[in-house]
Amino acid sequence: MRGLLAVMLLLASAPALAQSALPPAPYADRQIDDPALERKARGLMETIRCLTCQSQSIADSNASMAGDMRSEIRQRIMAGETPEHIRAWLIERYGDWVSYEPTAAPILWPLWAAPAVLLFLGLLLLRARIKRRKRS
Amino acid sequence: MRKMLIWLPLVLFLGFFGLFASGLLKPDDRVISSKMVGRPLPAFTLPAAASDRPPLASSQLATGKPRLLNIFASWCLPCAAEAPQLMALKRAGAEIDAIAIRDARADVDAFLRRYGNPYARIGLDARSAVQIAMGSSGVPETFVIDGKGQIAYQHIGDIRADDVPMILDRLRSAQ
Repeated sequence: MRGLLAVMLLLASAPALAQSALPPAPYADRQIDDPALERKARGLMETIRCLTCQSQSIADSNASMAGDMRSEIRQRIMAGETPEHIRAWLIERYGDWVSYEPTAAPILWPLWAAPAVLLFLGLLLLRARIKRRKRS
Repeated sequence: MRKMLIWLPLVLFLGFFGLFASGLLKPDDRVISSKMVGRPLPAFTLPAAASDRPPLASSQLATGKPRLLNIFASWCLPCAAEAPQLMALKRAGAEIDAIAIRDARADVDAFLRRYGNPYARIGLDARSAVQIAMGSSGVPETFVIDGKGQIAYQHIGDIRADDVPMILDRLRSAQ
């Protein structure tokens, strides 16, 4: 009897560091019926960073705020908004930080240039090698 | 020239080592500030979150007088910790409205009974939609809204006792 009471009390108690007790938003864990739209939403959600669990995307995170953001994104996609428009809306609020997709901002130019620079250095190296072999 | 090249890997190693060491030793900064500071509050109309306080709409925050907008939730521990500071701000003459995130009316009522109620109006944001539109990244946060309804300042995290004079200053300078 006492054990049963303890279990009932445990069930009724709120976890100390709980997130919200509310159920998740309607489209937090429910896919859009149209697979093409769901694919679009999914692609965006995987490149939006979770504000609570900062090394996860909102597609991976169980934080309640990430669920709310997934629901918001799916509802906007269903209303006809493009993923890039929603991304821009989020960046307007949280800065570039919120997006995992690199932008064309000047600070990232070295990143975009890196493959070309490395390829060029590789070609130089190759040319030097070939020259040396011909001589020997 | 050839002779010098032999040192290149060591130099590269030391360069990367320094880069990683400085990254590891730098204190972790996880605070994401809103880019909406200095811009008008997004338009919203929220239902009432508590039984004895009216609901909240963004138009009610542009009254010609700066106000505080506190983002809280009954399930959030730091929000309970900052309650005495909000009471102190109210006693000092600050007008405070609030948005309760992902909350239920019974829970908000119980929270306010227990920790005090410094709020004039409380809106319920059940899906964090207004929170996201404001660029807020968690609870609690406190925004200073100037008389024109623009976001003048964002305080992230709970208000400590020694933050109170600074918040009052921000409120005064947001005229």
